[in-house]
Amino acid sequence: MKLSSIEKLTEWRSVLAKKNASGKSCLCICAGTACQASGSNEIIRATKRALIERRLLDRLSLRITGCHGFCEMGPFVLTEPQQAFYTQVKAEDVPRIIDAALAGEYVEELLYKDPSTGQKYYHRGDIPFFKNQQRTILEANQKIDPIRIHDYIAEGGYRGLEKVLSVQDPVWVVEEVKKAGLRGRGGAGFPTGLKWEMLAKQRSNGGKFLVCNADEGDPGAYMDRSILEGNPHSIIEGMIIGAYGTGATSGVVYVRNEYPIAIKHLTAALQQARTLGLLGGNILGGGFSFDIEIVRGAGAFVCGEETALIRSIEGKMGEPRQRPPFPIQRGINGKPTAINNVETWANIPVIIVRGADEYAKIGTKNNSGTKIFSLVGKIRNTGLVEVPMGMTIKEIVYNIGGGPVGKAQIKAVQTGGPSGGCIPASMFDLQIDYDSLSRAGSIMGSGGMIVMDENTCMVDLAKYFMRFLKEESCGKCFTCRKGTQRMYEILDDITTGKGTLEHLDLLEELAHVVKDTTMCGLGQTSANPVLSTLRYFRDEYLAHIQNSRCPAQVCKPLLSYSINNNCIGCQACGKACSVNAIHGERKQRHFIDASKCIKCGTCRSVCKYDAVEAA
Amino acid sequence: MKGKVTVTINGLIVEVEKGMTILEAAQFLGFPIPTLCHMEGLSPYGACRLCVVEIGEGARAKLVTSCTYPVEEGLKVRTASTRVLRARKMILELLLASCPQSKIIQDLAAAHGVRQQRFRQEHEDCILCGLCVRMCEEQMMAKAIGFRNRGEKRSIGTPFDVHSETCRLCGGCMYVCPACQLRCTYNEPEKAICGGCENLTPPCIEKDPFDDMMCYMTPCVACEQPKN
Ligand SMILES: Cc1cc2nc3c(=O)[nH]c(=O)nc-3n(C[C@H](O)[C@H](O)[C@H](O)COP(=O)(O)O)c2cc1C
Ligand code: FES
Repeated sequence: MKLSSIEKLTEWRSVLAKKNASGKSCLCICAGTACQASGSNEIIRATKRALIERRLLDRLSLRITGCHGFCEMGPFVLTEPQQAFYTQVKAEDVPRIIDAALAGEYVEELLYKDPSTGQKYYHRGDIPFFKNQQRTILEANQKIDPIRIHDYIAEGGYRGLEKVLSVQDPVWVVEEVKKAGLRGRGGAGFPTGLKWEMLAKQRSNGGKFLVCNADEGDPGAYMDRSILEGNPHSIIEGMIIGAYGTGATSGVVYVRNEYPIAIKHLTAALQQARTLGLLGGNILGGGFSFDIEIVRGAGAFVCGEETALIRSIEGKMGEPRQRPPFPIQRGINGKPTAINNVETWANIPVIIVRGADEYAKIGTKNNSGTKIFSLVGKIRNTGLVEVPMGMTIKEIVYNIGGGPVGKAQIKAVQTGGPSGGCIPASMFDLQIDYDSLSRAGSIMGSGGMIVMDENTCMVDLAKYFMRFLKEESCGKCFTCRKGTQRMYEILDDITTGKGTLEHLDLLEELAHVVKDTTMCGLGQTSANPVLSTLRYFRDEYLAHIQNSRCPAQVCKPLLSYSINNNCIGCQACGKACSVNAIHGERKQRHFIDASKCIKCGTCRSVCKYDAVEAA
Repeated sequence: MKGKVTVTINGLIVEVEKGMTILEAAQFLGFPIPTLCHMEGLSPYGACRLCVVEIGEGARAKLVTSCTYPVEEGLKVRTASTRVLRARKMILELLLASCPQSKIIQDLAAAHGVRQQRFRQEHEDCILCGLCVRMCEEQMMAKAIGFRNRGEKRSIGTPFDVHSETCRLCGGCMYVCPACQLRCTYNEPEKAICGGCENLTPPCIEKDPFDDMMCYMTPCVACEQPKN
């Protein structure tokens, strides 16, 4: 079926919505990558089987959705309209869940319980992890089955496109996006409306390109994947609206090959949109044409950088080139090209449907809207969290994240992925937005947020990120390639007890030059891990250098183990030691032979009397 | 398309040809900018970063590679500001630490007052400036060599290290290589930098009639004068 006009789409939506509003209960099960890994496929199969065998299909429906964000609780079942949230479900729980959902009751013992207080929650919206978020983008994931365009349309999908096609003014589209104050979610925070305006002004006789950047190479980040997997039509709609506003003729979604589910869902979604006449030639009979193709990336981190991405789309080696000229002037095949991040595109339909003024009320003045973070590390609740810009780090870490897991205090958060910076706990009142993060020496990046406690060594952390960066630098520009290698070398010296105070000065001097002189964003931000840890945790560097001590007891070469007076001579440690470094008579204090000790820490973990000390 | 634009280079307001790079304009006006990966006749590449200059003012000032940046109306360029020199010195120190043998690099280091080398000495020699790759592709039309891998594993060579069919053994790659030039050891073979040849103080400065006779001729006439 092809929809030949805007009115036909509106009409069809109301039919679909009516069908959905029949009041039938529904079980939502997430089949995002993380939940599939924890076994949601089996739950889905069990549920389907039960519904068919018990002939319940007309009383209870099943919806398979994309990621809801609380992946560590997967596999889970969410019931509608009850909103009961059953976590870490097993296949044998399914019949009970179905019975309860039909009767409007709850399976008490499967409901989510707060791990620290033990409090049980009956409504998903009351769970602190969800309650303290503002989910303008992610919320849609639970309401739609990503491979069913009907769900998307019934939930108000393509209403943005409808509005744009009825206003019939490209300038209005760009102005709305400008007025909304949307800034690019891919890292640098460049105002999207401004970028579009520049693209619209470019003259080109061979067409213009729009690109959706779904390379997402930051280790640990998966917000873009979750949107593509869970709601591919929001990206497609965003891009069609963008094309209308800027006069772009072709679209490309650049996805990394490691995202098979995202590619599958997007392929299906594109096909459905074309069939319905929402994409391709003469969209909704309005005379405007635009199509989107998928290009798979080889998965190098640097391919996410826009000039490298363009070369990769052209089929060349994915390495950056010096700008100017900017992609807006000369992009894919030399044609004007605007590149935006997945999350940026997902915000576009929201802006158009709600109106720029409404949208601009979310967040803060120069940082409107929400941002999705991938919250991980030494924290109780990990997952994807979507919050309005301007929320403080403290609120995210404690109210949503639930604070520290064990006894150790939270020391810092690292934001912005591998080339981001660390922000110490003393600054947790910082309101998160592009500008405040960059003032604090970090970046928004794509939205990684790693929480660290006292057991993290900041020098070791900087070294960890620097290793990643030196391996992922394309190697084209000298200061990026050699600079990251040399910074790594110095950090390695410091963590192995070979550091000197001169090293520290050299490291800082080098970091500033690398930041100043590299070709692309990778090099320009690669100094952040070093500079931010030097700024806030210089005492840890000094402890390594001057006292040969690692305060977090992470850097092995600087550790030494010893046994104190608590030892009762139980011999547990001696038996556990794999290199026979522990001596001592039974019922007498034991000793560690430092020359044999490999500092594995096993003795300390087996000792019941707190007798093994590390320093 | 052609025309003129007005730019300010080191405080000098000049009109230059539209379409020039900052490097070309500066060299035309006689302001020296060191480069390793730039060569006339080859496309700009911007890999060595030595040619950075400072543009813009105040908080918006930044360093850009002059070999790739086109002049534009009203552009303000500083080719030797404190920030530029600090960066250049560090880049040269890094270069020396990886490629101590190159006379070109030694001379540049000496000329920029690099008198120390704080990084661990390596002998990678190839600095991946890409001159040979571009020479081979753009002037010799051969494309026999290219870049492989990324990051610290990046190197230049033929695919799979087998001799390339298209290579005519022209030697163009070696001719342009800045790292192939032999090392100057002066009288201390162990030292990477001697600075001798870039020493701008005339050798005869201690001699009496020097003031009027400075000539830079070789052999220098002043040197033949007996010491008074
Ligand atoms: C090394 C590097 C990696 C990047 N990786 C990504 C990425 O994975 N996804 C992304 O959207 N942007 C990435 N970017 C940012 C893009 O270059 C570009 O700024 C962005 O896609 C623009 O979209 P936006 O304006 O919507 O943020 C990366 C930048 C650099 C320097
Ligand atoms: S070579 Fe990649 S940032 Fe410079």
